[in-house]
Amino acid sequence: MKALKGGEFLIKKTLPEQVFIPEEFDEEQKMIAETCQSFLEQEVFPNLDRIDALEEGLMPSLLDKAGELGLLGISIPEEYGGFGKDFITGMLANEKLGAGHSFAVAQAAHNGIGTLPILYFGNEEQKKKYIPKLASGALKASYCLTEPGAGSDANSGKTKATLSSDGKHWILNGQKMWITNAGFADIFTVFAKIDNDENLSAFIVEKSYGGIELNPEEKKMGIKGSSTRQVFFTNCQIPVENLLGQRQEGFKIALYILNIGRIKLAGAALGGAKEAINQSIKYAVEREQFGRIIGKYGAIKYKLAEQAIRTFALDSALYRCSSSVQNAIKEEIENGKNKQEASLTGIKEYAVEAAILKIFGSEVLDYVVDEAVQIYGGMGYSAEGPVERAYRDSRINRIFEGTNEINRMLIVDMLLKKAMKGELDLLTPAMAVTKELMSIPDFSSTENTTLSEEKKVLANFKKAILMTAGAAAQKLMANLAKEQEIIMNISDMIIDLYVSESVLLRTEKLIAKNGEQAYQEQIAIAKVFIYDAADRIAKAGKDAINSFAEGDEQRMMLMGLKRFTKINSINAKEYRRSISDKLMQNTKFCF
Amino acid sequence: MKLLVCISKAPDTTSKISFTENNTKFNEAGVQYIINPYDEWYALVRALELKETLGGTVTTITVGKADNEPTIRKALAIGADDAVRIDAEASDALAVAKQIADYVKNNSYDIIFCGKETIDYNGSQVGGMIAELLDLSYVSLASKLEVNGNTATLERDIQGGKEVVETNIPFVVSCAKGMAEARIPNMRGIMAARTKPLQVLPGSEAPKLTEIVAYSLLPEKAGCKFIDAENPGELFQLLHNEAKVI
Repeated sequence: MKALKGGEFLIKKTLPEQVFIPEEFDEEQKMIAETCQSFLEQEVFPNLDRIDALEEGLMPSLLDKAGELGLLGISIPEEYGGFGKDFITGMLANEKLGAGHSFAVAQAAHNGIGTLPILYFGNEEQKKKYIPKLASGALKASYCLTEPGAGSDANSGKTKATLSSDGKHWILNGQKMWITNAGFADIFTVFAKIDNDENLSAFIVEKSYGGIELNPEEKKMGIKGSSTRQVFFTNCQIPVENLLGQRQEGFKIALYILNIGRIKLAGAALGGAKEAINQSIKYAVEREQFGRIIGKYGAIKYKLAEQAIRTFALDSALYRCSSSVQNAIKEEIENGKNKQEASLTGIKEYAVEAAILKIFGSEVLDYVVDEAVQIYGGMGYSAEGPVERAYRDSRINRIFEGTNEINRMLIVDMLLKKAMKGELDLLTPAMAVTKELMSIPDFSSTENTTLSEEKKVLANFKKAILMTAGAAAQKLMANLAKEQEIIMNISDMIIDLYVSESVLLRTEKLIAKNGEQAYQEQIAIAKVFIYDAADRIAKAGKDAINSFAEGDEQRMMLMGLKRFTKINSINAKEYRRSISDKLMQNTKFCF
Repeated sequence: MKLLVCISKAPDTTSKISFTENNTKFNEAGVQYIINPYDEWYALVRALELKETLGGTVTTITVGKADNEPTIRKALAIGADDAVRIDAEASDALAVAKQIADYVKNNSYDIIFCGKETIDYNGSQVGGMIAELLDLSYVSLASKLEVNGNTATLERDIQGGKEVVETNIPFVVSCAKGMAEARIPNMRGIMAARTKPLQVLPGSEAPKLTEIVAYSLLPEKAGCKFIDAENPGELFQLLHNEAKVI
């Protein structure tokens, strides 16, 4: 069966054998993950307070050490001084390092938005000049897109570049804001408009060019150890050859890079979530109240289980999407594209899924750290405890790399554009659903296995979404973009679908490999997640439908929604207990 | 110099320990294995440091079945040049020592490194047995090792101070904390590990003189008992009759 294209999960079925699951990491990938973990344990975790105090020189020295271990060049091609590892391996390292609080942010900014624009859009000379030094950490990078007046609306930036009279330099003037790594970066990828261009262009700017001034460090809620400063360019002279890509190609570059940034942010969130769960479990089995460890109380069991359920779901969706991207890259290379072009095409293909992961990942992490604080009680609120920092550091993830609201808008927007371009046939399945609405529901069930109910419900989720989104698009037409509340509802339904399906596919694949007995808790996770998702999808769908439909049509759609989100009752309490008992037995996240 | 490092696997310290078959077998289900930390952090890394200053080769040797290979690859990733696995059960200390001694008889080495003990069985015996079987000198629990020509100077932490020992090469050493700093395998090492030679040799006849009859876990910590300060007699009675410590 052919791999699904981006967005096709909404209308087509995926088979378990088509997805990669985290249980399939090979020996080398596990060793790389261990190296990342050891690095955090030896260099980062003992120094978190010093890092957050922005101790002079500490963060660059940590990046140097990570560079010496090769951790900054994992996915960079060997010809540019990296180790040429595939997308999934890079994602795994990114996940592990993601638990590193402010260090994780500095590392991700350097490796991702700092290095990738040059790697993907640089010409051969630019790549040869900069990439090997970025891969080793000898040069440290930052990315300058946002301006005081240009945040979510990035293309509206005022920073200007003009060609010098001798034609040898671009003269750059303007102000950039929220620039991660600004305090120690040697290289700034700066987005600016040339003269009165409509679109941004991108430039590689070395600190040594002069004309660059920094504001003091921003005082932030979290990730306090990550250097975040405003950067001012005053007649900064950039050699003409440092234009990155074509003139006016900057906005396209920025969007491509954000696509990668989004899925990588989900990976980093996963690493942070696993660490926070481990802390939560450790405390739950140690802390005693009323003569028993608090982990023996149902209220705490619920929290541990729910942290694990959502994190397992994120894990499943992240590596499913990563393998989709990786397979697409491989296919593009086989079709004759070079690695960089193939990577860009592969990542762009799954931009909808990347946006889903960005939202879901950052929201899972926020949930997990919030409950971690609650499990720790007073110690959770104390800056002396281990989870207070995690709570503060998590919050930014829903804001940067495109706010979760912008990303929710993008999911629907990108899907509709794909449909209009004829890349994704939403119409035929949407019409089939409308027809089904008129017919008598089919109560016959052909399959009766542990997860057959969930499989059936999942197919229905797709119908619920196609029905709701199809009607919304038809009714509101061009006005849909203005009805952001409805778009949020539809996006929420789509996110729950993709993640539910990922959990189900992973669990099915595990069962196919080693039988049900070994995966009782994973089965419990799949059942609880999909059971809850059914209610969430029903609620979001109801809110959407009630806002644009009336009369018979409204009644019929609400009935359809009820039918498509119907799921057999389960004893979620017992399933959650079994999950949290397993966590406490292992005293760590073990799924 | 030809250096040989004995590498053994051990359960990760966070592993949940349990037993099967009526408490006679260690339950390996779900257990994550690591290189025994004394073998890795002290023995292997010190051997690599000596190689880096004096030249030569570092070979690791492991007695055990194929499930040891991930830990062997990790030793190669940290920097060993090649590895040998003797395909035999590591049934007890003498069985392991005999296999290693038999291998060394056919392949001479200048220094044979062991960790001071494995963190699971804590036997601390293999190094001494290898030395005895090969008729070599043995320095146990060394925290420092320097080589000068044909002589080695070692330090051992002893009660209240240090002991400095000198011995001629070849010899066997068991390494304790202080010998070296842990090294994190880097990307280059990890990628090179895949192609480094890992030789699997059949085991020789080895005696099995001991047998594990039963395992048990430590009793769970009991709660704290408060005794009225006015009532030392009760404290005495409890310590004598219940805790049986006086």
